[in-house]
Amino acid sequence: MAILDKHKILETNATLLLICSFLVVTIGGLVQIAPLFYLENTIEEVEGMRPYTPLELAGREVYIREGCYVCHSQMIRPMRDEVERYGHYSLAAESMYDRPFQWGSKRTGPDLARVGGRYSDEWHVDHLRDPQAVVPESVMPKYGFLEEKKIDGKYIGEIMATNALLGTPYSDEMVEQAQRDFRAQADPDSDYDGLLERYGEKVNVRNFDGQPGVSEADALIAYLQMLGTLVDFSTFTPDASR
Amino acid sequence: MSKKSQKFEGDPNTTGHEWDGIEEFDNPMPRWWLWTFYATIIWGVLYTIAYPAWPLVNSATAGILGWSTRGDVAAEITAVEEANAPINAKLEATELTAIAADPELNSYAVSAGDAVFKTWCAQCHGSGAAGAKGYPNLLDDDWLWGGSVEDIHATVAHGIRNEDSDDARYSEMPAFGRDELLEREEISQVVNFVMSLSGEAQDASQVEAGSVVFAENCASCHADDGTGDRSQGAPNLADAIWLYGGDYATLTETVSNSRYGVMPAWNTRLTEAQIRAVSAYVHQLGGGE
Repeated sequence: MAILDKHKILETNATLLLICSFLVVTIGGLVQIAPLFYLENTIEEVEGMRPYTPLELAGREVYIREGCYVCHSQMIRPMRDEVERYGHYSLAAESMYDRPFQWGSKRTGPDLARVGGRYSDEWHVDHLRDPQAVVPESVMPKYGFLEEKKIDGKYIGEIMATNALLGTPYSDEMVEQAQRDFRAQADPDSDYDGLLERYGEKVNVRNFDGQPGVSEADALIAYLQMLGTLVDFSTFTPDASR
Repeated sequence: MSKKSQKFEGDPNTTGHEWDGIEEFDNPMPRWWLWTFYATIIWGVLYTIAYPAWPLVNSATAGILGWSTRGDVAAEITAVEEANAPINAKLEATELTAIAADPELNSYAVSAGDAVFKTWCAQCHGSGAAGAKGYPNLLDDDWLWGGSVEDIHATVAHGIRNEDSDDARYSEMPAFGRDELLEREEISQVVNFVMSLSGEAQDASQVEAGSVVFAENCASCHADDGTGDRSQGAPNLADAIWLYGGDYATLTETVSNSRYGVMPAWNTRLTEAQIRAVSAYVHQLGGGE
Protein backbone atom coordinates (compact mmCIF):
# COMPACT_ATOMS: atom_id res chain seq x y z
CA MET A 1 0.00 0.00 0.00
CA ALA A 2 3.00 2.27 0.35
CA ILE A 3 3.00 3.37 -3.29
CA LEU A 4 -0.75 3.94 -3.26
CA ASP A 5 -0.36 6.16 -0.22
CA LYS A 6 2.10 8.28 -2.21
CA HIS A 7 -0.61 8.66 -4.85
CA LYS A 8 -2.25 11.09 -2.51
CA ILE A 9 0.63 13.50 -3.08
CA LEU A 10 -0.24 13.59 -6.80
CA GLU A 11 -3.93 13.91 -6.17
CA THR A 12 -3.55 16.85 -3.88
CA ASN A 13 -0.97 18.74 -5.99
CA ALA A 14 -2.51 20.04 -9.20
CA THR A 15 0.73 21.13 -10.87
CA LEU A 16 2.47 17.85 -10.14
CA LEU A 17 -0.58 15.96 -11.43
CA LEU A 18 -0.47 17.97 -14.65
CA ILE A 19 3.24 17.33 -15.21
CA CYS A 20 2.94 13.60 -14.53
CA SER A 21 -0.18 13.25 -16.73
CA PHE A 22 1.72 14.95 -19.52
CA LEU A 23 4.63 12.53 -19.10
CA VAL A 24 2.33 9.51 -19.31
CA VAL A 25 0.62 10.81 -22.47
CA THR A 26 4.02 11.59 -23.99
CA ILE A 27 5.19 8.02 -23.45
CA GLY A 28 2.01 6.71 -25.06
CA GLY A 29 2.46 8.99 -28.05
CA LEU A 30 6.13 8.13 -28.48
CA VAL A 31 5.47 4.40 -28.41
CA GLN A 32 2.76 4.72 -31.04
CA ILE A 33 4.18 7.34 -33.37
CA ALA A 34 7.97 7.37 -33.13
CA PRO A 35 8.51 3.80 -34.45
CA LEU A 36 6.74 4.72 -37.70
CA PHE A 37 9.70 6.91 -38.59
CA TYR A 38 12.27 4.13 -38.44
CA LEU A 39 10.51 0.76 -38.79
CA GLU A 40 11.45 -0.90 -42.07
CA ASN A 41 8.00 -2.33 -42.57
CA THR A 42 6.26 1.02 -42.41
CA ILE A 43 8.51 2.81 -44.90
CA GLU A 44 8.01 1.59 -48.45
CA GLU A 45 10.17 2.92 -51.22
CA VAL A 46 8.63 2.93 -54.66
CA GLU A 47 9.92 3.86 -58.09
CA GLY A 48 8.46 6.60 -60.20
CA MET A 49 7.57 9.19 -57.57
CA ARG A 50 8.62 12.72 -58.47
CA PRO A 51 7.74 16.14 -57.05
CA TYR A 52 4.88 18.01 -58.68
CA THR A 53 5.71 20.20 -61.67
CA PRO A 54 5.04 23.92 -61.12
CA LEU A 55 1.77 23.79 -63.08
CA GLU A 56 0.56 20.69 -61.20
CA LEU A 57 1.51 22.29 -57.90
CA ALA A 58 -0.52 25.36 -58.83
CA GLY A 59 -3.42 23.06 -59.71
CA ARG A 60 -3.04 21.43 -56.34
CA GLU A 61 -3.31 24.85 -54.70
CA VAL A 62 -6.54 25.43 -56.63
CA TYR A 63 -7.78 22.00 -55.51
CA ILE A 64 -7.12 22.93 -51.88
CA ARG A 65 -8.51 26.45 -52.22
CA GLU A 66 -11.78 25.21 -53.72
CA GLY A 67 -12.09 22.60 -50.99
CA CYS A 68 -12.26 19.66 -53.39
CA TYR A 69 -11.05 17.43 -50.54
CA VAL A 70 -14.32 18.06 -48.70
CA CYS A 71 -16.17 15.82 -51.17
CA HIS A 72 -13.38 13.86 -52.86
CA SER A 73 -10.94 11.55 -51.13
CA GLN A 74 -7.54 10.61 -52.54
CA MET A 75 -7.11 7.32 -50.74
CA ILE A 76 -8.05 3.99 -52.25
CA ARG A 77 -8.36 1.65 -49.30
CA PRO A 78 -7.12 -1.95 -49.52
CA MET A 79 -10.52 -3.50 -50.08
CA ARG A 80 -11.66 -5.46 -53.11
CA ASP A 81 -14.58 -3.23 -54.04
CA GLU A 82 -12.41 -0.12 -53.93
CA VAL A 83 -9.61 -1.72 -55.94
CA GLU A 84 -12.11 -2.88 -58.57
CA ARG A 85 -13.65 0.54 -58.85
CA TYR A 86 -10.68 2.88 -58.56
CA GLY A 87 -7.58 0.81 -59.27
CA HIS A 88 -4.67 -0.34 -57.11
CA TYR A 89 -4.93 0.68 -53.47
CA SER A 90 -2.98 3.80 -52.52
CA LEU A 91 0.54 3.51 -51.14
CA ALA A 92 1.87 5.82 -48.44
CA ALA A 93 4.75 6.74 -50.74
CA GLU A 94 2.32 8.12 -53.31
CA SER A 95 1.56 10.96 -50.89
CA MET A 96 5.19 11.62 -50.04
CA TYR A 97 5.32 15.06 -51.69
CA ASP A 98 1.87 16.12 -50.51
CA ARG A 99 1.96 18.92 -47.98
CA PRO A 100 -0.65 18.60 -46.66
CA PHE A 101 -1.86 15.23 -47.94
CA GLN A 102 -5.28 15.16 -49.61
CA TRP A 103 -6.53 11.80 -48.36
CA GLY A 104 -9.83 13.30 -47.24
CA SER A 105 -12.39 11.49 -45.18
CA LYS A 106 -15.62 11.87 -47.10
CA ARG A 107 -16.79 10.75 -50.49
CA THR A 108 -19.71 12.74 -51.77
CA GLY A 109 -17.95 12.44 -55.11
CA PRO A 110 -15.69 9.57 -56.17
CA ASP A 111 -12.14 8.99 -55.02
CA LEU A 112 -9.61 10.84 -57.18
CA ALA A 113 -6.38 9.11 -56.20
CA ARG A 114 -6.09 7.50 -59.68
CA VAL A 115 -8.21 9.80 -61.80
CA GLY A 116 -5.21 10.65 -64.02
CA GLY A 117 -5.74 9.60 -67.65
CA ARG A 118 -9.16 8.18 -66.90
CA TYR A 119 -10.97 10.96 -68.77
CA SER A 120 -9.99 13.24 -71.62
CA ASP A 121 -8.96 16.86 -70.97
CA GLU A 122 -12.06 17.93 -72.83
CA TRP A 123 -14.21 15.90 -70.46
CA HIS A 124 -12.62 17.67 -67.51
CA VAL A 125 -13.32 21.06 -69.08
CA ASP A 126 -16.95 20.10 -69.81
CA HIS A 127 -17.31 18.61 -66.37
CA LEU A 128 -15.82 21.53 -64.45
CA ARG A 129 -17.95 23.95 -66.44
CA ASP A 130 -21.18 22.05 -65.89
CA PRO A 131 -20.92 18.68 -64.15
CA GLN A 132 -24.56 17.83 -64.86
CA ALA A 133 -23.97 18.19 -68.61
CA VAL A 134 -21.94 14.99 -68.59
CA VAL A 135 -23.11 13.31 -65.37
CA PRO A 136 -26.79 14.25 -64.91
CA GLU A 137 -27.02 12.64 -61.45
CA SER A 138 -24.04 14.61 -60.11
CA VAL A 139 -24.45 17.13 -57.26
CA MET A 140 -21.11 18.83 -57.91
CA PRO A 141 -21.15 22.65 -58.18
CA LYS A 142 -19.99 24.39 -61.36
CA TYR A 143 -16.37 25.55 -61.62
CA GLY A 144 -16.50 27.26 -65.01
CA PHE A 145 -14.91 30.39 -63.54
CA LEU A 146 -11.59 28.55 -63.32
CA GLU A 147 -11.11 28.79 -67.11
CA GLU A 148 -11.59 32.52 -67.04
CA LYS A 149 -9.03 33.19 -64.32
CA LYS A 150 -5.65 33.47 -66.04
CA ILE A 151 -2.60 32.83 -63.87
CA ASP A 152 1.06 33.55 -64.48
CA GLY A 153 2.81 31.38 -61.89
CA LYS A 154 4.55 34.40 -60.42
CA TYR A 155 4.77 32.94 -56.92
CA ILE A 156 4.96 29.24 -57.74
CA GLY A 157 8.76 29.28 -57.31
CA GLU A 158 8.31 30.51 -53.74
CA ILE A 159 5.88 27.70 -52.94
CA MET A 160 8.40 25.23 -54.36
CA ALA A 161 11.20 26.76 -52.31
CA THR A 162 9.06 26.35 -49.18
CA ASN A 163 8.41 22.72 -50.06
CA ALA A 164 12.14 22.24 -50.68
CA LEU A 165 12.81 23.62 -47.20
CA LEU A 166 10.48 20.94 -45.82
CA GLY A 167 12.31 18.17 -47.69
CA THR A 168 10.72 17.89 -51.14
CA PRO A 169 13.64 17.37 -53.54
CA TYR A 170 13.20 20.50 -55.67
CA SER A 171 16.62 21.52 -56.97
CA ASP A 172 17.71 25.16 -57.18
CA GLU A 173 17.37 24.85 -60.94
CA MET A 174 13.77 23.68 -60.64
CA VAL A 175 12.93 26.65 -58.42
CA GLU A 176 14.72 29.09 -60.75
CA GLN A 177 12.97 27.74 -63.85
CA ALA A 178 9.60 27.41 -62.11
CA GLN A 179 7.74 30.10 -64.00
CA ARG A 180 9.16 28.97 -67.33
CA ASP A 181 8.21 25.33 -66.71
CA PHE A 182 4.83 26.52 -65.51
CA ARG A 183 4.11 28.15 -68.88
CA ALA A 184 5.72 25.43 -70.95
CA GLN A 185 3.57 22.60 -69.63
CA ALA A 186 0.34 24.21 -70.79
CA ASP A 187 1.68 25.04 -74.25
CA PRO A 188 2.63 22.12 -76.53
CA ASP A 189 4.15 24.58 -79.02
CA SER A 190 6.67 25.87 -76.48
CA ASP A 191 10.18 24.64 -75.82
CA TYR A 192 9.45 22.19 -73.03
CA ASP A 193 12.60 20.05 -73.22
CA GLY A 194 13.87 21.56 -69.96
CA LEU A 195 10.62 20.66 -68.20
CA LEU A 196 10.87 17.02 -69.30
CA GLU A 197 14.54 16.92 -68.36
CA ARG A 198 13.78 18.13 -64.85
CA TYR A 199 10.58 16.19 -64.16
CA GLY A 200 10.77 13.16 -66.45
CA GLU A 201 9.51 12.11 -69.86
CA LYS A 202 6.07 11.14 -68.57
CA VAL A 203 5.00 14.72 -67.78
CA ASN A 204 1.85 15.66 -69.73
CA VAL A 205 2.45 18.70 -71.91
CA ARG A 206 -0.85 19.80 -73.38
CA ASN A 207 -3.14 22.77 -73.63
CA PHE A 208 -5.38 21.25 -71.01
CA ASP A 209 -8.33 23.65 -71.23
CA GLY A 210 -8.08 24.09 -75.01
CA GLN A 211 -7.86 27.87 -74.73
CA PRO A 212 -4.94 30.24 -75.20
CA GLY A 213 -3.02 31.25 -72.08
CA VAL A 214 -2.68 29.49 -68.74
CA SER A 215 -5.85 29.42 -66.65
CA GLU A 216 -6.60 27.91 -63.27
CA ALA A 217 -8.48 25.19 -65.16
CA ASP A 218 -5.23 24.34 -67.01
CA ALA A 219 -3.43 23.96 -63.70
CA LEU A 220 -6.18 21.94 -62.04
CA ILE A 221 -6.58 19.57 -65.00
CA ALA A 222 -2.80 19.12 -65.24
CA TYR A 223 -2.86 18.12 -61.56
CA LEU A 224 -5.85 15.78 -61.95
CA GLN A 225 -4.40 14.13 -65.07
CA MET A 226 -1.22 13.05 -63.24
CA LEU A 227 -2.89 11.83 -60.05
CA GLY A 228 -2.00 8.21 -59.36
CA THR A 229 -0.11 7.72 -62.60
CA LEU A 230 3.47 7.90 -61.29
CA VAL A 231 3.90 4.38 -59.92
CA ASP A 232 3.87 1.69 -62.60
CA PHE A 233 1.96 -1.22 -61.08
CA SER A 234 2.79 -3.51 -63.99
CA THR A 235 6.36 -3.64 -62.66
CA PHE A 236 5.84 -2.95 -58.97
CA THR A 237 4.28 -5.39 -56.52
CA PRO A 238 3.85 -4.03 -53.00
CA ASP A 239 5.12 -6.09 -50.09
CA ALA A 240 2.14 -7.77 -48.44
CA SER A 241 3.48 -7.35 -44.90
CA ARG A 242 3.20 -3.59 -44.72
CA MET B 1 -20.92 18.31 13.83
CA SER B 2 -20.75 14.73 14.92
CA LYS B 3 -17.87 12.71 13.54
CA LYS B 4 -19.41 9.49 14.70
CA SER B 5 -19.36 6.74 12.14
CA GLN B 6 -22.76 5.55 10.84
CA LYS B 7 -21.39 2.04 10.43
CA PHE B 8 -23.56 -0.83 11.66
CA GLU B 9 -22.61 -4.34 12.55
CA GLY B 10 -22.30 -6.65 9.56
CA ASP B 11 -21.44 -3.80 7.17
CA PRO B 12 -18.35 -4.35 5.00
CA ASN B 13 -15.16 -2.50 5.77
CA THR B 14 -14.73 1.00 4.45
CA THR B 15 -12.02 2.08 2.01
CA GLY B 16 -10.64 4.47 4.57
CA HIS B 17 -11.53 7.48 2.43
CA GLU B 18 -13.60 10.10 4.14
CA TRP B 19 -15.04 13.33 2.81
CA ASP B 20 -16.85 15.60 5.19
CA GLY B 21 -17.95 12.64 7.23
CA ILE B 22 -19.04 10.54 4.25
CA GLU B 23 -17.29 7.21 4.07
CA GLU B 24 -17.16 4.57 1.32
CA PHE B 25 -17.82 0.80 1.66
CA ASP B 26 -15.12 -1.43 0.27
CA ASN B 27 -17.42 -3.91 -1.49
CA PRO B 28 -15.74 -6.49 -3.74
CA MET B 29 -16.26 -6.18 -7.52
CA PRO B 30 -19.00 -8.44 -8.91
CA ARG B 31 -17.42 -11.78 -9.77
CA TRP B 32 -18.68 -11.80 -13.40
CA TRP B 33 -17.21 -8.32 -13.96
CA LEU B 34 -13.86 -9.23 -12.49
CA TRP B 35 -13.47 -12.37 -14.64
CA THR B 36 -14.52 -10.50 -17.77
CA PHE B 37 -11.86 -7.93 -16.95
CA TYR B 38 -9.16 -10.59 -16.56
CA ALA B 39 -10.32 -12.24 -19.79
CA THR B 40 -9.93 -8.99 -21.75
CA ILE B 41 -6.35 -8.64 -20.46
CA ILE B 42 -5.52 -12.17 -21.61
CA TRP B 43 -7.29 -11.52 -24.92
CA GLY B 44 -5.27 -8.34 -25.38
CA VAL B 45 -1.96 -10.11 -24.83
CA LEU B 46 -2.86 -13.00 -27.15
CA TYR B 47 -4.07 -10.56 -29.80
CA THR B 48 -0.73 -8.75 -29.94
CA ILE B 49 0.99 -12.12 -30.35
CA ALA B 50 -1.35 -13.28 -33.10
CA TYR B 51 -1.53 -10.05 -35.09
CA PRO B 52 0.98 -7.35 -36.11
CA ALA B 53 1.63 -5.20 -33.06
CA TRP B 54 4.83 -4.45 -31.21
CA PRO B 55 7.43 -2.07 -32.62
CA LEU B 56 10.92 -3.55 -32.22
CA VAL B 57 14.31 -2.31 -33.37
CA ASN B 58 14.06 -2.67 -37.16
CA SER B 59 10.52 -3.75 -37.74
CA ALA B 60 7.30 -4.46 -35.93
CA THR B 61 6.22 -7.98 -35.00
CA ALA B 62 4.26 -9.56 -37.84
CA GLY B 63 2.05 -11.77 -35.64
CA ILE B 64 2.08 -15.56 -35.71
CA LEU B 65 -1.04 -15.73 -37.88
CA GLY B 66 0.82 -13.85 -40.63
CA TRP B 67 -2.23 -11.69 -41.31
CA SER B 68 -1.98 -8.36 -43.13
CA THR B 69 -4.50 -6.00 -44.71
CA ARG B 70 -2.74 -6.22 -48.04
CA GLY B 71 -2.54 -9.99 -47.91
CA ASP B 72 -6.22 -10.07 -47.03
CA VAL B 73 -7.33 -7.97 -50.00
CA ALA B 74 -5.00 -9.86 -52.36
CA ALA B 75 -6.49 -13.17 -51.21
CA GLU B 76 -10.01 -11.84 -51.66
CA ILE B 77 -9.27 -10.62 -55.18
CA THR B 78 -7.55 -13.89 -56.09
CA ALA B 79 -10.53 -15.89 -54.85
CA VAL B 80 -12.92 -13.96 -57.09
CA GLU B 81 -10.54 -14.16 -60.04
CA GLU B 82 -10.21 -17.90 -59.62
CA ALA B 83 -13.95 -18.36 -59.38
CA ASN B 84 -14.39 -16.43 -62.65
CA ALA B 85 -11.29 -17.85 -64.35
CA PRO B 86 -13.00 -20.65 -66.34
CA ILE B 87 -15.71 -18.41 -67.78
CA ASN B 88 -13.27 -15.55 -68.39
CA ALA B 89 -10.99 -17.98 -70.25
CA LYS B 90 -13.96 -19.09 -72.32
CA LEU B 91 -14.87 -15.45 -73.00
CA GLU B 92 -11.36 -14.74 -74.22
CA ALA B 93 -11.23 -17.88 -76.37
CA THR B 94 -14.60 -17.41 -78.04
CA GLU B 95 -14.89 -15.40 -81.23
CA LEU B 96 -16.44 -12.03 -80.41
CA THR B 97 -19.26 -12.62 -82.87
CA ALA B 98 -20.02 -16.04 -81.36
CA ILE B 99 -20.55 -14.77 -77.80
CA ALA B 100 -24.18 -13.84 -78.40
CA ALA B 101 -24.98 -17.36 -79.59
CA ASP B 102 -23.95 -18.95 -76.29
CA PRO B 103 -26.69 -18.07 -73.76
CA GLU B 104 -24.62 -18.74 -70.62
CA LEU B 105 -21.55 -16.89 -71.88
CA ASN B 106 -23.65 -14.05 -73.23
CA SER B 107 -25.49 -13.63 -69.96
CA TYR B 108 -22.17 -13.50 -68.07
CA ALA B 109 -20.59 -11.10 -70.58
CA VAL B 110 -23.54 -8.71 -70.52
CA SER B 111 -23.77 -8.64 -66.71
CA ALA B 112 -20.02 -8.23 -66.28
CA GLY B 113 -19.99 -5.66 -69.08
CA ASP B 114 -22.77 -3.73 -67.37
CA ALA B 115 -20.64 -3.49 -64.21
CA VAL B 116 -17.59 -2.41 -66.20
CA PHE B 117 -19.65 0.16 -68.07
CA LYS B 118 -21.12 1.67 -64.90
CA THR B 119 -17.66 1.96 -63.37
CA TRP B 120 -15.52 3.16 -66.26
CA CYS B 121 -17.70 4.41 -69.10
CA ALA B 122 -20.79 6.01 -67.55
CA GLN B 123 -19.03 9.26 -66.65
CA CYS B 124 -18.85 10.22 -70.34
CA HIS B 125 -21.45 8.06 -72.07
CA GLY B 126 -24.03 8.35 -69.27
CA SER B 127 -25.18 5.67 -66.86
CA GLY B 128 -27.89 4.72 -69.36
CA ALA B 129 -25.40 4.94 -72.29
CA ALA B 130 -27.38 7.74 -73.93
CA GLY B 131 -24.29 9.95 -74.12
CA ALA B 132 -24.08 13.72 -73.82
CA LYS B 133 -23.00 16.58 -76.04
CA GLY B 134 -19.67 15.47 -77.47
CA TYR B 135 -19.94 11.94 -76.03
CA PRO B 136 -21.69 9.52 -78.38
CA ASN B 137 -25.00 7.88 -77.62
CA LEU B 138 -24.42 4.11 -77.60
CA LEU B 139 -28.08 3.15 -77.69
CA ASP B 140 -28.80 4.13 -81.28
CA ASP B 141 -27.56 2.57 -84.51
CA ASP B 142 -25.51 5.58 -85.59
CA TRP B 143 -21.84 4.66 -85.18
CA LEU B 144 -18.77 6.81 -85.78
CA TRP B 145 -16.23 4.01 -86.03
CA GLY B 146 -18.47 1.00 -86.60
CA GLY B 147 -21.05 -0.88 -84.59
CA SER B 148 -20.07 -4.50 -85.02
CA VAL B 149 -18.87 -6.17 -81.84
CA GLU B 150 -15.33 -6.29 -83.29
CA ASP B 151 -15.37 -2.58 -84.06
CA ILE B 152 -16.65 -1.79 -80.57
CA HIS B 153 -13.98 -4.03 -79.08
CA ALA B 154 -11.22 -2.24 -81.01
CA THR B 155 -12.55 1.16 -79.94
CA VAL B 156 -12.74 0.18 -76.27
CA ALA B 157 -9.33 -1.47 -76.22
CA HIS B 158 -7.38 1.26 -77.97
CA GLY B 159 -9.54 4.34 -77.59
CA ILE B 160 -9.73 7.34 -79.85
CA ARG B 161 -7.13 10.08 -80.44
CA ASN B 162 -5.26 9.35 -77.21
CA GLU B 163 -1.56 9.15 -76.43
CA ASP B 164 -1.81 5.84 -74.54
CA SER B 165 -2.14 3.43 -77.45
CA ASP B 166 -0.37 3.35 -80.81
CA ASP B 167 -3.41 1.61 -82.25
CA ALA B 168 -5.83 4.28 -81.10
CA ARG B 169 -8.36 5.26 -83.73
CA TYR B 170 -7.24 8.51 -85.24
CA SER B 171 -8.54 11.18 -87.55
CA GLU B 172 -8.51 14.92 -87.38
CA MET B 173 -10.90 17.32 -89.02
CA PRO B 174 -9.23 20.54 -90.19
CA ALA B 175 -10.24 23.72 -88.39
CA PHE B 176 -11.54 25.42 -91.50
CA GLY B 177 -12.12 28.78 -89.87
CA ARG B 178 -9.30 28.99 -87.33
CA ASP B 179 -6.69 27.89 -89.85
CA GLU B 180 -8.22 30.10 -92.54
CA LEU B 181 -8.92 27.31 -95.00
CA LEU B 182 -12.36 28.70 -95.80
CA GLU B 183 -13.75 32.20 -95.86
CA ARG B 184 -16.45 33.09 -93.36
CA GLU B 185 -18.90 33.29 -96.24
CA GLU B 186 -18.01 29.77 -97.40
CA ILE B 187 -18.42 28.37 -93.90
CA SER B 188 -21.89 29.86 -93.72
CA GLN B 189 -22.73 28.30 -97.07
CA VAL B 190 -21.47 24.85 -96.21
CA VAL B 191 -23.22 24.92 -92.83
CA ASN B 192 -26.48 25.69 -94.59
CA PHE B 193 -25.84 22.86 -97.03
CA VAL B 194 -25.14 20.40 -94.20
CA MET B 195 -28.33 21.51 -92.44
CA SER B 196 -30.28 20.92 -95.63
CA LEU B 197 -29.09 17.29 -95.77
CA SER B 198 -31.26 16.25 -92.87
CA GLY B 199 -33.67 19.10 -92.44
CA GLU B 200 -34.01 22.74 -93.25
CA ALA B 201 -31.21 25.18 -93.92
CA GLN B 202 -31.24 28.45 -92.03
CA ASP B 203 -30.79 30.31 -95.29
CA ALA B 204 -31.98 28.24 -98.26
CA SER B 205 -30.34 30.58 -100.76
CA GLN B 206 -26.86 29.51 -99.59
CA VAL B 207 -27.43 25.77 -99.99
CA GLU B 208 -26.41 25.53 -103.60
CA ALA B 209 -23.15 27.40 -103.09
CA GLY B 210 -22.59 25.30 -99.98
CA SER B 211 -22.85 22.08 -101.96
CA VAL B 212 -19.87 23.20 -104.03
CA VAL B 213 -17.84 24.02 -100.91
CA PHE B 214 -18.83 20.66 -99.45
CA ALA B 215 -17.81 18.73 -102.56
CA GLU B 216 -14.42 20.42 -102.60
CA ASN B 217 -13.57 20.35 -98.91
CA CYS B 218 -15.69 17.86 -97.01
CA ALA B 219 -16.76 15.06 -99.32
CA SER B 220 -13.43 13.23 -99.21
CA CYS B 221 -14.18 12.20 -95.61
CA HIS B 222 -17.92 12.72 -95.20
CA ALA B 223 -18.70 11.19 -98.65
CA ASP B 224 -20.40 12.94 -101.58
CA ASP B 225 -23.87 12.49 -100.12
CA GLY B 226 -22.71 13.39 -96.58
CA THR B 227 -23.26 9.92 -95.17
CA GLY B 228 -19.79 9.83 -93.67
CA ASP B 229 -16.99 7.26 -93.61
CA ARG B 230 -16.54 4.97 -90.66
CA SER B 231 -12.97 4.06 -91.55
CA GLN B 232 -12.08 7.67 -90.71
CA GLY B 233 -14.64 8.18 -87.98
CA ALA B 234 -16.28 10.82 -90.16
CA PRO B 235 -19.88 11.21 -88.95
CA ASN B 236 -22.92 10.74 -91.13
CA LEU B 237 -24.23 14.28 -91.66
CA ALA B 238 -27.47 13.27 -93.32
CA ASP B 239 -29.22 11.30 -90.57
CA ALA B 240 -30.27 14.15 -88.25
CA ILE B 241 -28.23 12.63 -85.40
CA TRP B 242 -25.72 15.11 -84.00
CA LEU B 243 -22.85 14.60 -81.59
CA TYR B 244 -22.32 18.29 -80.84
CA GLY B 245 -25.53 19.75 -82.26
CA GLY B 246 -27.08 20.43 -85.66
CA ASP B 247 -28.12 24.05 -85.29
CA TYR B 248 -26.46 26.82 -87.26
CA ALA B 249 -24.32 28.17 -84.41
CA THR B 250 -22.98 24.78 -83.31
CA LEU B 251 -22.23 23.66 -86.85
CA THR B 252 -20.41 26.92 -87.53
CA GLU B 253 -18.33 26.30 -84.40
CA THR B 254 -17.62 22.73 -85.55
CA VAL B 255 -16.55 23.73 -89.06
CA SER B 256 -14.53 26.72 -87.84
CA ASN B 257 -12.61 25.14 -84.97
CA SER B 258 -13.08 21.42 -85.65
CA ARG B 259 -13.72 18.82 -82.95
CA TYR B 260 -11.25 16.48 -81.38
CA GLY B 261 -13.03 14.02 -79.11
CA VAL B 262 -10.67 11.82 -77.10
CA MET B 263 -11.40 8.43 -75.57
CA PRO B 264 -8.78 6.72 -73.37
CA ALA B 265 -7.34 3.33 -74.30
CA TRP B 266 -8.79 0.82 -71.86
CA ASN B 267 -6.42 -2.06 -72.51
CA THR B 268 -4.01 -0.50 -70.05
CA ARG B 269 -6.60 -0.51 -67.26
CA LEU B 270 -9.00 -3.37 -67.96
CA THR B 271 -8.38 -7.04 -68.64
CA GLU B 272 -9.13 -8.56 -72.06
CA ALA B 273 -12.11 -10.37 -70.54
CA GLN B 274 -13.49 -7.09 -69.17
CA ILE B 275 -13.04 -5.37 -72.53
CA ARG B 276 -14.82 -8.22 -74.31
CA ALA B 277 -17.60 -8.17 -71.73
CA VAL B 278 -18.20 -4.43 -72.07
CA SER B 279 -18.08 -4.73 -75.88
CA ALA B 280 -20.77 -7.42 -75.74
CA TYR B 281 -22.77 -5.23 -73.35
CA VAL B 282 -22.60 -2.15 -75.59
CA HIS B 283 -23.33 -4.26 -78.66
CA GLN B 284 -26.60 -5.56 -77.24
CA LEU B 285 -27.83 -2.15 -76.03
CA GLY B 286 -29.86 -1.64 -79.19
CA GLY B 287 -27.68 -0.43 -82.03
CA GLY B 288 -25.24 -3.32 -82.39
CA GLU B 289 -24.64 -4.54 -85.91
